[in-house]
Amino acid sequence: MKRIALLGMPNTGKSTLFNRMTGGAARVGNWPGITVELLSGKILLGSDMVEIIDLPGIYDMHGFSDDEQVVRHFLHDNVPDLALVILNATQIERQISLLLQLKQLDMNLVVLLNMADEAKRFGISIDSKKMSELLDMPIFLLSAKYGTGYPEALQAIGKALRYPTPSMAEQLRSQLEQDGHIESEMARVLKHTVQIPARLSDNLTEKLDRVMLHPWLGLPIFFAVMYLLFQGIFLFGQPLQTGVNDLFGWLRGAAVAPLLASLPAALQGLLLDGVYNGVATVAAFVPIIILFFLFMAMVEDSGYLSRAAFLMDALMARLGLDGRGFVMMLMGFGCNVPALMGTRVMRSRAMRLLTMLVIPFSLCSARLQVFVFITAALFSPKAAPVVLFSLYLFSFAAAILTALLFKGRFKNNEPFVLELPPYRFPTARQMALRGWLEVRHFLRRATKFIIAGVVLVWLLTHLPPSAAPASSDTLAGMIGSWLHPLFAPVGINEQLTIALIFGFVAKEIVIGALAVIYGLSGAALSGALGQQLDWVQAYSFMLFTLIYTPCLATVATLRSESKQLGFTALSIAWSLVLAWLVSFAFYQGARALGY
Amino acid sequence: MTLPDLHPGEIATIVAVHTEEPLHQRLLAMGFRSGKQIELIRKASFSGPLQVRIGTTDILLRRSEAAKIKVCKA
Repeated sequence: MKRIALLGMPNTGKSTLFNRMTGGAARVGNWPGITVELLSGKILLGSDMVEIIDLPGIYDMHGFSDDEQVVRHFLHDNVPDLALVILNATQIERQISLLLQLKQLDMNLVVLLNMADEAKRFGISIDSKKMSELLDMPIFLLSAKYGTGYPEALQAIGKALRYPTPSMAEQLRSQLEQDGHIESEMARVLKHTVQIPARLSDNLTEKLDRVMLHPWLGLPIFFAVMYLLFQGIFLFGQPLQTGVNDLFGWLRGAAVAPLLASLPAALQGLLLDGVYNGVATVAAFVPIIILFFLFMAMVEDSGYLSRAAFLMDALMARLGLDGRGFVMMLMGFGCNVPALMGTRVMRSRAMRLLTMLVIPFSLCSARLQVFVFITAALFSPKAAPVVLFSLYLFSFAAAILTALLFKGRFKNNEPFVLELPPYRFPTARQMALRGWLEVRHFLRRATKFIIAGVVLVWLLTHLPPSAAPASSDTLAGMIGSWLHPLFAPVGINEQLTIALIFGFVAKEIVIGALAVIYGLSGAALSGALGQQLDWVQAYSFMLFTLIYTPCLATVATLRSESKQLGFTALSIAWSLVLAWLVSFAFYQGARALGY
Repeated sequence: MTLPDLHPGEIATIVAVHTEEPLHQRLLAMGFRSGKQIELIRKASFSGPLQVRIGTTDILLRRSEAAKIKVCKA
């Protein structure tokens, strides 16, 4: 099968074009010579199937960033039959340098000048025919977003694929170095083909930025935007999530349970409470992920994410992160899973890992449910809001502490030089496609892991079969009593320890688990908790719940996004250690003060 | 003078870019070449990054990095 590689600088709409070409039917895959996965898709072009690979955006063929190395190694080990070079027509005067570097590599090239619609609006005129002649390669203007010029480009690609694949020089590196004459060549081509007005006629971006990036107003506006996004996701997301849960609950009662009724009780329990509940847990994340990425696509494609980086960078730079990391952290307060997936916008691996280490400390909506229940049971209505607020403060503190402690280990050597694109309206198609791709990615990567985890916890709390579920005679109960010496100094009793084991799967089930453990529910459960625990123990339990591993889905996402078992283990271990230390300091401190 | 010395709205010419290799390559690709005109658009509060414009491209960079770019006012 012939292979087409998409090449270009960041922010050229490369992915938009890729999505248009493959229609969202892309998959991630591994390639020889590189360690990261790349998106690729197979399409029918003319009468042949061809494979299209979306390479990371690069500024320079001999740059030093992670992405630039990936592209070099990819081209070296997987010579494409055709390189489709995508340039941003509005920035043609500097992007053409990459094209000239690629031309020297003796590859089969077709050039697409994307964002032709925007260039026209800015008053930039490009003579693509003349440029084609001067550079001796096919060059087309198009808008990947709206599809104008796309059929012509596709035709040219089909034609170019008929040429034999050139053999690429082995010494890619040495060839890459001879770019002495690129600058003069650049000037020659541009002079004859491109006209750029002295002043860009994009007043809208300028006017908007005067408000959005205002020295005093910028930050308040940023927080207001974040708050609205956050509210938006959960206003729409919560009912959807409940709906999915209800649907699965109904299906269980109406269809799945009767279907399994003939099986032995233990197997029935395993299939229903283990496997089926695992599937339901996965499904409950789907609406939240779709919504999150619909909103994220809006923030990202509109150009606001780069502005957030501008506004928050002063603070985040001190933590070894950047402004985009802050956006993800805030989104983590809704749900950690999509926030972790969202870190993909960060192109430096070290910074991305550091951000992923920090996000799980964001107090997500599932943990909030636990805290609301326990605060209501143990604290007066007057104190409850203060208690909740203090937990949010602890959440921020844990994140900041983690960033400070680990920023040396995940040292980011990528310079912070970001492009600030003009404001753009994302199309509905772009947003929907993004949501769909991310959900598919999550389902592919996390499903097995989450189901396996749910089954494991079910087994722990139901074996041996003679013991009452979740009682102290089960494996979980034994682990609970075995861990007791460890949890006694932080004020967490055996029953709560079992609940923490459940909480490893998902915080949503902690209260349900307590109900099973105590054999009580609702008001009776809060009464029992209120009698058995004092506020110091309860707060210590909440601190532990806040800081230790958020949920199995987060662990699964950490693993699939970092592709490193070691990193995932580090994240789990560190959060457990920190949770214990904080709870210990709080519990012993409060007791020492006489509470 | 260096890039952070400019005030918002001022235009200058790049004299030299004194940075280590990785950043140098990136800046070159972004259009930071000696002799080019550069405009400082705005500075973020709390010693945050700078927004500059070269040709048709707007770029964000930190002050520490911008300090390595020598400019002279037009």
